[in-house]
Amino acid sequence: MRRAGSASRVIALVLRHYYLYRSSWTRVVELVYWPAMELLLWGFLTLYLRDLGPGLPNVVALFLGALILWDILFRAQIGVSLAFLEEVWSRNLANLFVSPLTPLEFMVGQVIVGLIRTVVTAGFMTALALVLYHYNLFGMGIPLVAFFCNLLVMGWAIGLVVSALILRFGQGAESLAWAVIFLFQPVAAIFYPVSVLPPWLRPIALATPAAHVFEGMRVVMLEGRFDVGLFWNAVGLNALYVAGGMAVFLWMFRVARRRGLLVQVGE
Amino acid sequence: MSEEIVQVERVSKRFNHAWAVRNLSFTLRRNEILGLLGANGAGKTTTIAMLLHLVTPTAGRIRLFGLDIARARHAVLSRTNFSSPYVDLPHRLTVRQNLTVYGRLYGVPKLAEKVRALCEHLEIADLLDTRYGHLSSGQKTRVALAKALINDPELLLLDEPTASLDPDVADRVRSWLADYRTRTGAALLVSSHNMPEVERLCDRVIVLKQGQAVAEGTPAALLRRYGRATLEDVFLDIARGGPPAPSLEHLP
Repeated sequence: MRRAGSASRVIALVLRHYYLYRSSWTRVVELVYWPAMELLLWGFLTLYLRDLGPGLPNVVALFLGALILWDILFRAQIGVSLAFLEEVWSRNLANLFVSPLTPLEFMVGQVIVGLIRTVVTAGFMTALALVLYHYNLFGMGIPLVAFFCNLLVMGWAIGLVVSALILRFGQGAESLAWAVIFLFQPVAAIFYPVSVLPPWLRPIALATPAAHVFEGMRVVMLEGRFDVGLFWNAVGLNALYVAGGMAVFLWMFRVARRRGLLVQVGE
Repeated sequence: MSEEIVQVERVSKRFNHAWAVRNLSFTLRRNEILGLLGANGAGKTTTIAMLLHLVTPTAGRIRLFGLDIARARHAVLSRTNFSSPYVDLPHRLTVRQNLTVYGRLYGVPKLAEKVRALCEHLEIADLLDTRYGHLSSGQKTRVALAKALINDPELLLLDEPTASLDPDVADRVRSWLADYRTRTGAALLVSSHNMPEVERLCDRVIVLKQGQAVAEGTPAALLRRYGRATLEDVFLDIARGGPPAPSLEHLP
């Protein structure tokens, strides 16, 4: 029997999710339904604000850019967490982990599924914003790639922690998949700068990679330059976040083995 | 051939304050079918889960193919497989898709041909493009068995392989398992509540009670020792604490 390589096992996991989405139109619709609703609601609000106050510079660009980038973070996290939840819902975890699949390969598979979901959603939102509001996200230029990558990585890290918590506390904790990211929303400086926050909250914001991304986005839009310092802050924090997310997942995996949770989860 | 595929030495598992398995030792040789018997909660599923490294033992040592599974996970698990009615496959995927995913996880060469041949052998070829969730329990069991055989395992662990099956399907499953052992010389560990099944299928039986092995031997030897006509009567004697004294004995 030929030994399967890591890449082959990761591809198998991705293939499993491809088959799932191909057979489930509700899952495909879910990829774009909520982002579309968000974009419609907040997009029209920005049009209203633009007409109301001509003194507000770039209000449409600032608001819609922030909204789409926030959704990239959210979709990256939920993509990873849902990839894990799909295995829990189908009571398939034990079958996966009696195969040669390693926890690390499992994480990589989750992240790739999360990436594909995010690209689909972000592409749809970008196109919708262009059609409805004549807002072109790509107008940010090359910095957009830096923002996108940093938000993806932060989303993956949180997604891994959420998966770990579901593994530890069972299916009853699945609502965390949709809730945890919103803990970061007030301090991520999405629609306002960190300086608006009360002083005691600013250190927390500055410890959040997304806050540096959104500050960087505003620098690009308002000053027309890319702040390299903010970029590296986000990269450094993300390195810590993703290392932490992987460590928490692997730790909970060991706990799950000790407590017999891999056999029980999903029941 | 007498090569020991499984070596379990004084293995125990405690969950919180309850012992699920206590001081369990046994071996399983190539070309042998070993039955694990016991009432609900006797420790059968936990034992299988420890063999597969889904659960870590509190004490003791497990070696598969002469290797420590915690240290040589890939080498061991690529030669092993498992099936249980308590573990499912993704319902929205078809039989072919499920087997393709698992074939890739195990690195099976010529996968498409393998999937078709396996399904023809298990008489589920007509279900290849049916969603797993649309199958009857008997069909699901056969698909789970196909998944368990996808990598031609040298060690096959089966938790209640005929649970909730009608007698016809259960009989076919037993035949397939016996045939698989004959063809490949694989070692099979089967946990079951079905005593006629164990009598028919297993070369040797270990009876667990409250996590401990209380009897071990061939089905015929256990019948002789307990002076009973069926394994079911032996099982009831042990479960209810009847004679002879429930001490671990290795019978010829």
